[in-house]
Order: sequence, then structure tokens, then C-alpha cells
Amino acid sequence: MRYEAPASLDAATRLLADAGGAARVLAGGTDLLIQMRADLVEPTVLVDVKNIAEMREIAEEGGRFRLGAAVTGMEIMEHEGFNAAWPGIVDGAKLIGSIQIRGGATRGGNLCNASPAADSVPALIAADAIARIIGPDGRRAAPVEDIATAPGRTSLAAGEIVVSFDLPEREPRSGDAYLRFTPRTEMDIAVVGVGVNLALDEAGMCVAARVALGAVAERALLVDEAAAALIGTRVDDAALAALSAAASAACRPIDDKRGTKEFRIEVAGVLAERAARIALERAEQG
Amino acid sequence: MATMLKYEDKDLKVVGTRPIRPDGVDKVTGRARYGADVNLPGQIYGRVVRSPHAHARVLAIRTDKAEALKGVKAVVTRDDFPEMPVEYAAAGELIVNFRDVTRNMMAREKVLYDGHPVAAVAATSEAIARRAARLIEVDYEVLPHVIDPVEAMADDAPLLHEEQMTEGLDPAPEKPSNLAKVVSFAKGDVEQGFAEADLVIEREFNTKPVHQGYIEPQASIASYTEDGQVELYTATQGHFVIRAQCAKLLQMDISKIRVIPTELGGGFGGKNNVYLEPLAIVMSKKSNRPVKMTMSREDVFRSTGPTSGAHTRIKIGCRKDGRITAAEAELDFQAGAFAGSSVPMAAMCTFTRYDLDNVRVRGNDITVNRPKVAAYRAPGAPISIFGVESILDEMSRELGIDPIEIRLKNAARQGTQTYYGPTFGPIGYEETLNRARQHPHLQEKLGPDQGRGIATGFWFNIGKETTTTLNVNEDGSVTVILGTIDVAGGSRAAMAMMVAEELGIDVDKVRPQIGDTQTLGFNFVTAGSRGTFASGIAVTVAARKAIDVMRERAAQMWDVPVDGVVWEDGHARPASSNVGEFEPLSIVEIARKSGMTGGPIAGHAEITAEGAGPGFGTHIVDVEVDRRTGLVKILRYTVIQDTGKAIHPAYVEGQFQGGAVQGIGWALNEEYIYDADGRLQNPGFLDYRVPVASDVPFIGTDIVEVPNPNHPYGVRGIGEVPIIPPIAAISNAIHDAIGIRLREQPMSPPKVLKAIREASNGAG
Repeated sequence: MRYEAPASLDAATRLLADAGGAARVLAGGTDLLIQMRADLVEPTVLVDVKNIAEMREIAEEGGRFRLGAAVTGMEIMEHEGFNAAWPGIVDGAKLIGSIQIRGGATRGGNLCNASPAADSVPALIAADAIARIIGPDGRRAAPVEDIATAPGRTSLAAGEIVVSFDLPEREPRSGDAYLRFTPRTEMDIAVVGVGVNLALDEAGMCVAARVALGAVAERALLVDEAAAALIGTRVDDAALAALSAAASAACRPIDDKRGTKEFRIEVAGVLAERAARIALERAEQG
Repeated sequence: MATMLKYEDKDLKVVGTRPIRPDGVDKVTGRARYGADVNLPGQIYGRVVRSPHAHARVLAIRTDKAEALKGVKAVVTRDDFPEMPVEYAAAGELIVNFRDVTRNMMAREKVLYDGHPVAAVAATSEAIARRAARLIEVDYEVLPHVIDPVEAMADDAPLLHEEQMTEGLDPAPEKPSNLAKVVSFAKGDVEQGFAEADLVIEREFNTKPVHQGYIEPQASIASYTEDGQVELYTATQGHFVIRAQCAKLLQMDISKIRVIPTELGGGFGGKNNVYLEPLAIVMSKKSNRPVKMTMSREDVFRSTGPTSGAHTRIKIGCRKDGRITAAEAELDFQAGAFAGSSVPMAAMCTFTRYDLDNVRVRGNDITVNRPKVAAYRAPGAPISIFGVESILDEMSRELGIDPIEIRLKNAARQGTQTYYGPTFGPIGYEETLNRARQHPHLQEKLGPDQGRGIATGFWFNIGKETTTTLNVNEDGSVTVILGTIDVAGGSRAAMAMMVAEELGIDVDKVRPQIGDTQTLGFNFVTAGSRGTFASGIAVTVAARKAIDVMRERAAQMWDVPVDGVVWEDGHARPASSNVGEFEPLSIVEIARKSGMTGGPIAGHAEITAEGAGPGFGTHIVDVEVDRRTGLVKILRYTVIQDTGKAIHPAYVEGQFQGGAVQGIGWALNEEYIYDADGRLQNPGFLDYRVPVASDVPFIGTDIVEVPNPNHPYGVRGIGEVPIIPPIAAISNAIHDAIGIRLREQPMSPPKVLKAIREASNGAG
């Protein structure tokens, strides 16, 4: 096995193209190294992308953030401006693993590993983040919700890398939040995850919302019906009940070692409501 | 003589203080060497090939491709180990049968669980060993399997052992079954007792298998020499027992095997038995190289002994005043692939906290397609008392009696005869209950969806064979060689403290060291909460012998009879002015002159420690239940336990806290999850959920000291009792919080939420 750490996107895409399907992108390595140890993957080339400047920075231009795909969880948590604008995305970063794991783990890696339970994905979807992608055929962009398609599978073509995430300009009176359910307080994996992002008008009426669910289907889901339950309301109890029902209705989970189908469906509704309350509070303060 | 040392109430200078442990610096700096840290020149790496099936006949094993791989130095299968007849031996708190031990470390006719070893390879690198392992071909005839203990007892259940006839049944059965053994205990007239009861409650309870959760995976390195000597480094709770098992399995003299125990990263009963050791020794013999073997976490979960999953049926009758008139239990315990679960001990612990006239307990030891169970901290007791403490809570509510009162009304005390035989000497059960009644914890206000639960536990504690050597060095400092492994509870510190107390010197002048198997006589495993009790007696005996030697030396130097010399505060002094006027001689002065007064000074002990004091504890827990997700949060937890005497109170508190946390994990989230094919689905700490630090509050402790008369400092074993009450205490607290009684462990969020839904549907 060969280890490469190119300093440019061009070099990285070339390495991936040359290796055919036998290369793997190494960002934080928090999933890949475990898969290699368990004999699940046996790459012949590891392309470490952490030396590529464009993937490693949080940039802000005119109120819009661009989040490098290989920025680590701890770097996101320590970025004051990003925390103020997107606390829900930071919620997701904070919940992953331990300090050591967060010191390596990246948003791009979490997305492309394509676990339905990925903690950083629902908040990115709720934020309407756009993934910037580079590959053998050049650059393209796609909404985050279109990247993962099923456990371990993505819509990326062979040799493509997610470079960064573009976030929209933050409106006043908007707020986001991510909550997950785990039996333990930390060092755990989501049984259900919910990201809610909403914006209020001056009168406190919800004018925009996006709701995304994790760990309740083969991939993270953007649930328009759940968002619709909030838009045009004051996010009052009736709206939250409708949100909760819509979120539960959108679930199509499996029974597995982490939770039963019925548990996931019910708790998705509960968490959607609780996440929306936090997002609302943040919007009212913002 | 040695074991006759009795408790003496005296002023103490060292015992009861809190010095820093002798192994502490090495552990916090990373210098401590655990099993996998040991390396030998020229070592190669072993890897085990494991069964992917829960139950299958092994038709053929082909190793030629693996053996042909460059770098492969040894391959072993069932053909490399001798057949063993049925022969029983004690290994920790459970009994092992060598016929089964050899089949567990390497499958013979059949594989009996997912993860069962079928072959092992050793190669010059770990990567080559992995590749070689994949080249070993095994032909299996897959058989139906069974995991649930009740299903395993059905007439048509898949049979693990075609020759297994139930022991302990009269008349003896005519055909084989998965019911390996029945143990029964009875006292009084149970039917009469239930007839006299005003209230009879009978319930069933289910618990899942759980793992000890030690952090350090099993690791060993063995070197077999040309003249047939073995050097074996291994992480174990009992190096002498490992040596005995290896000698038996490999048909070697015990003297030819030197086992050097490494620092231990937790055991809790899981490291009393061989897994890798015999494989490493035989592959070292075949390759002429040291062979290092380390389990992955997945190996640990799939192949080493957890404790049993169980089904229990408990029936208790009592009068209106809360006095129990009869108690009955039937316990179905998974033994795993081979007979020998903790059900005998579970049966003996079921009702032993109470002074009862009429008791009947039956325990069923059931073979199923899971790894052979091992001991886990108070083996079996947390499972069997769950139902008893749950029913007592129900009774106390039904009768309007306080839960502490109902237990006091029935409490075992000095003179109570147990239903399995012995009569209790001085014990501290009532003291723990009385202390609980006064505890400020009970005054704390509870909010909505919050509740409080109480439960209690008992464990026998044991003594057994123990040896030690104490050398007074030429400068008057002291080295103590111990034969009982410090399983990380801090027993080395406790031993040094007792020696310092006896000799009258500073504890820093005493260095405790665990000896390897060639330096001391046989020591039983550190199990049964015996370490500080048994080794504590041994070091006291050894210290007193060394004192006698030093008195003789002083008598020689003063030219007086030895009876004229006493030992006080680290000095030899004249017993009275009649002996003569002499300046006291310090241990340093006597040690410096030892070469001229008869040679080096030492004391030693080779004893069977007897008279271990039974341990009792009472736990109080507050929980909060999230009614919408089923999540149970532990708000406050208090452990009150009789320790006899706390030699080092901080480490006693650590045992209370550690046991409670393991019990909390067991109660709330831990379980082995199998798929339809009997394959373990959660062989790792991500999905096998032990609590993390932020899951539990600081565990409050309250040490009760009712001295054990059979120990010079009054010590009782303390390590096991703290894990016994939590499952029941938490179930009782959940009921107090939301009015729903959970009789299945784990009380995980999906199960709690389901119970809440069912209760609200039932209520309309």
C-alpha cells in the first residue's frame, strides 16, 4: 500500500485517476482506518488530502461561509464566526467521538463515508449547504442531500473528491440546531438525528425552514413536509406537533442493534420538536 | 497456626490512611507494562482462525496453503493438542472441566459458538499471520443453534453435547439434553410458608448476557526452549492457575512453566482462564521462536467468557407486617458452550440477605451456542437478586412499609443460618440498612418523572492458598513478594500498609512486588474478593515472623534471652528494666548488622486463608425518566457497604464506585445482541454500551466497618458486593419515577419507551 499526501487538488485527482478504483481518500481517517483494520477495504493507494489548502480552511466572503471538506471538528468548534452563524452545524461537530477523534474527523469524510447516522450531515442539509466537487472531468456542485445514496454509497463518480461546502448568506433572525438520540451521553452513534434550520420575519413568523433526519432511512433525508409544518407559523405548540408528526411520517428505518423501527419513528418526532425549539430560540436571539 | 490470626482492636498509624499507590506513577506516565507491551527478541506473531458459525460439525481443516506461505512458522489445529478426560479444577469462582477447556481453546468435533477457535497460525509479521489465517480452509456441516436458555431446555432444541446427561436430577434422565446440571437448596417447608402468607407475589425476570468490559484485551507471549522450558508472560488474575491449566493441557511438569504476570488492565473474573496461552506455547515449540498473541476487541467479545444471560422465576410470600414466610426461586442460566455457569453461586446468593425459615431454590445450568461463560464480579448474584429485590419493593408498596424497614424486618444477622449451610458470624447487613435510613440522600427532593430505588446485595468472599516472602533488606527497607495479582484495585498498596503497620516503619520503606510462579508457592487466583483478605493475612504472618527474627538478633546483640526483647514502633526494646538498660535498636541498625548476627532477615507465609467475612451492601439510586424517549438518567447514587476494615479507604471507595458503574451499565444498556444465525452483532465498545464518565454522577460512598474476627485488621472482601444491587435498585427507581416496573434487563430506551406505550394503551 502506498501513502501519498499531495499539496494540490490537481495532484490529488491525478493520483486517484491513476489508481483506478483501488485508491481511497484519507481525510481524518476515523472511518477508513477502522475499515482497513477490519479487512473491509484494502486500498493500494491512500491519498491524504489534509495538505490541500483549499480543503483545510473556513473562508468567509460577504456573509457567506465556505467550509473546507477536510477542516476538522475541533477547528469548526473553535471558529467564533462560524459558531455564531451556524451553531447547528457546530452541534453536529461537537457530538462526534471524543476530543481526539474530533481533532481528526472532517465533514467531507463524514459525508462521503455515507453512513445514514453521520452526525454532521443533517445540519449541513438543513443549512442548504452545497458540496463543491472536483474530479477527472473538472469541477461541479451538488446539494449535500444528493451525495450519499445508501449505506457506504455516494453519487460521486470514480475519482471525485468533495472539496468544500458553500453555505448561503445568513439572514437575520435565523437559527439552526442539531440533536441526536443516543443511549449514552457521548462516544456513541446516532439512533436518530434531526437538523432544523429556520428563519423568522420581524413579526416572529417562520418564513423559511429546512428539516433533515438522520439514521431513519438508507441516507439522511430532507423532509419538506416537516419544514412546511413550520413555515407560516409562529413555531407554536400546534406547529411543533405537526412538525413532529411529519418527521415521524417521513421515517423508513430498520430494526437493528442500535434501535427498533418503532422507537426510531417515535423519537424522530420528539427530537424534531426539541431541535426546532432550540433553533427558534437561537433565531429569536440572532 | 498461620491462619489463626484473630482481629485485634488497636491504634493504627498506617492502616486507614490514604498514601499514593506504589503502581500509580507507572500507570499515569504510561510506563506500566501490560500484556501487549512485552516483546522478546526474535518473536513472531500468532493469530487465531475462528468459527463463523454458531454451531457446526468440523469435517475437515486444511492448513497446507497457509503453511506454504513465506514467513509462516507454525500452524496448529485440534491435532496438536491431546484429548483430555473429564477432570474438574477450581479456576476463580467457577469450576472448569479439562475435557471442555481443551475444546474451548481449540475446537475438536464441533464448533459451538461464533468465534470458537478452529486453528491458529504464527508468522514473522502480523500481516503475514492475517493472510495465512485466511488461507486455512475449514469444512463445516452447519447445525441448528440455540442461544436462549429457556428454548435450549425444550425437547426439540438443537443439542450441543450428544453425551451430556443432566447432573443433579433424581431419577437420572434417560436421554441427553442441554440441561447440564441442576443445583438445589432447600430449608424448612415452603408450601406451609406460602400457606401462612398474607401476600404472595410471583414474577419472572429476564437478563441478557453481559461482558466484564475490561479495557485490556487478552495478550500473551510464550517462549519454549530446546530443553522443554516455558517462559510465559500473560495478563491474568492468577498466574499460578494459568500455569496449572497449561501444564495439564500440554501434559508438562508444572516446574517447567514459568508464568510472569504483567500489569493487568482489568479482569473482573474474565481473566482466570486460558485462551491464547496454550496456543502460543505450542506454536513456540513448533517454530522455536517466541510467539506473541494479542486479541482484538472483537476477539474478546466473540470468544472470551462473558456472564450468563438468564431467565428467573421468583416467588415470595409474606405476612401483613412484612415478615417473609416463604421464598422460592428457579434460575435458568446460560453456561455458554460448555457446562459450568455461576448458577450455583447465584442460587446461594438469591435470598441470603434475609433470615428465612422456608426456602427452595433450583438452579439450571444450560449449555447454549455462546462463548463459555466466565466469572464476572460476584458471579450470578446481580442476576438472581434482581427479581428478589424487585418483588420486595412491590411488597413494601403493597403493604405500605418503607423499603428499608421491610428489609430490616427480615435481615440476616449474626447467628442466622443460611439455606445452603453456614451460620453467619458477625456481619454488617443491618448496619448498612440503618446507615441508609440516616443518609442525607433520602432527604433530597425528587421532581416530576424522578424516582428513588433501594436494593441490597450479599457476597460470600473467599480465602484459599496464599504465599508471600518479606525480605528486610540490608539497609532496613523492606521488599514484599506477593503471589496474589493486584487486579488494579490497589492491593499492593494495602499490603505495603499492613506490613508498615506491623513493622512500625514508614509505608514508603516497603516496596510490594508481584512475584512470578517460580519465586513463590502456589497462590489461588485473585477472585472472590480474596486479595486483601488472604494476602493481608499472609503479609501479616510474614511480617511477624521477620519481627521474631529481628528480636532474636537484638537478643543476640544484647546477650539476653529472646523473651526479653519486644518489638515496638520499628524498634527492638528490652521487655522490661529487669532485662537490662539498652538503647532501642531500629530495624535499620539490626538489618545493617544482619550479616554478622546470622544472615539476611526474612519472613514468609504459606497459608490457606480461612474465615473470609461475608460482605453486604445497600444502594440508593435516583433516576429521571424521559417519558418521550425512554432514556433513564442516573441523578444520584449512593453505595453503603460493610468493608470490615478499610485498609486504604480511597481504594475501597474506588471499588464501591467501579462496581456501581458496572452495574449501572448492566442495568441500562449492556447486552450481547445476536442475529438469526447466532452471530454476535455488537462485538465492540461502540455498540456494546458500557457507561462513559459523563453518563454517571459522582458515586457517593459510605464505608461501614464491622470487623471480620478472622483477619488481624478485620478485613472483609469488598470487590464484588458493589455490582450486585444496581440492576434491581434502578428498576425500583424507574417504577418510583413513572409507575412502571421493568423486569427485563437492559432497561434501554427502546424497551423503556415500549413499556411506557404499553402502559398508556393498557390504561386506555
